[in-house]
Amino acid sequence: MKYLDEYRDGRVAAKILAEIGRVTTRPWTLMEVCGGQTHSIVKHGVDRMLPSEIELVHGPGCPVCVTPLEQIDKAHAIASRPNVTFASFGDMLRVPGSHTDLLRLKSQGADVRIVYAPLDAVRLAQQHPDREVVFFAIGFETTAPANALAVTRAATLGVKNFSVLVSHVLVPPAIAAVLQSPGNRVQGFLGPGHVCTVMGYREYEALSSHYRVPIVITGFEPIDLLDGVLRTVRLLEAGQVDVQNQYSRVVTRAGNLAAQQLVWSTFEVCDRKWRGIGTIPKSGLRLRYERREYDAEHRFEVGAMETLEPAACISGQILRGLKKPHDCPAFGSTCTPETPLGATMVSAEGACAAYFAYGRHRQEAIR
Amino acid sequence: MCLAIPGKVIEVFEDHGLRMGRVDFGGTVKKACLAQLPEVGVGDYVLVHVGFALSLVDPAEAERTYRLLEELGLLDELKVPEGPA
Repeated sequence: MKYLDEYRDGRVAAKILAEIGRVTTRPWTLMEVCGGQTHSIVKHGVDRMLPSEIELVHGPGCPVCVTPLEQIDKAHAIASRPNVTFASFGDMLRVPGSHTDLLRLKSQGADVRIVYAPLDAVRLAQQHPDREVVFFAIGFETTAPANALAVTRAATLGVKNFSVLVSHVLVPPAIAAVLQSPGNRVQGFLGPGHVCTVMGYREYEALSSHYRVPIVITGFEPIDLLDGVLRTVRLLEAGQVDVQNQYSRVVTRAGNLAAQQLVWSTFEVCDRKWRGIGTIPKSGLRLRYERREYDAEHRFEVGAMETLEPAACISGQILRGLKKPHDCPAFGSTCTPETPLGATMVSAEGACAAYFAYGRHRQEAIR
Repeated sequence: MCLAIPGKVIEVFEDHGLRMGRVDFGGTVKKACLAQLPEVGVGDYVLVHVGFALSLVDPAEAERTYRLLEELGLLDELKVPEGPA
């Protein structure tokens, strides 16, 4: 496929790796922010091709992983109502709350549907005017325009039986939280390419100069990731603090202004709790007051939730780049994608789930 | 979750006032909202996430990034002393 295959070319990868080897003179720790990048790195073994001096640690950028337990429990409470059709991206179905998951609720008779696009959930509401259709609007800035569009579309078309349970998170405050974390080891970042497609990278320039770290906005294919590492290491070796755009075929400095306008006409910034990390100030989005009638939390009055999280899980430290999946005694034994204990194992893009999916629990045991 | 895939716009249409397109992802065709990319037309490549076109894929920038990487090490190769003639 055009714009994919050429970024998986082994010949070019070998050239970039040779260049990384040439410019690296000492150890560096880099973090890839986005869960999609983590998945691609582990799938293609990018981290294992790099010189031993360069360590990649995996960031908090998996929205499914960090959706707080309270919101998941609320989703389960709403989905259990007899008049509700609960629509969600497929990734959320297996994510365990305190007591159950959406797939189990579905097997017990709840009307739970997987949708590909948020607009499909609005169509579902149009097709079933006797049902209350609730869409679980999660994601980072990448997904915010599509979710905002669904709300705007419902308003335009006068669809009254549609609402959204919002649990949106923002990347820059999470990067700041990583950098402020005691014991932080991260010296440079591969920035989240698709988030910046929407938002641009001006915010990352402010982060970079404030915390004195290089950030390279990076794509998702192996060649993109290797190029991102090369550019970050070059900056670090030269002692330069800068933001570079590796993913210039889709990312511009200003981002997609029309999409941003759509987001800000629907959502506003709020404090948000991250599973495994805790509350990060101004790190989330909620519906604007003018859109309150589409807020499922307002419509169904689910109230505060008492949550239960397994104590054995170290996902909070993994999400901040302080630890790796192998540092956890539960990884691959009591904690697997079938029986996840916490955030980083619940979604395919979580660091623990990616390591497990590509056999690293077995390989590391052999070493 | 932030998975977004480049595809080619093969049709642009209106759905009750919303600008939509049919996008070909290497043989799989899906609908995507094009409302936030007014400049995009048939034949352009767009990056699509959950049924929403996030941006145009800029062919000149794609070419430039790739060429720069392909040319890595080329200068080094030129520097290698030639063997005995």
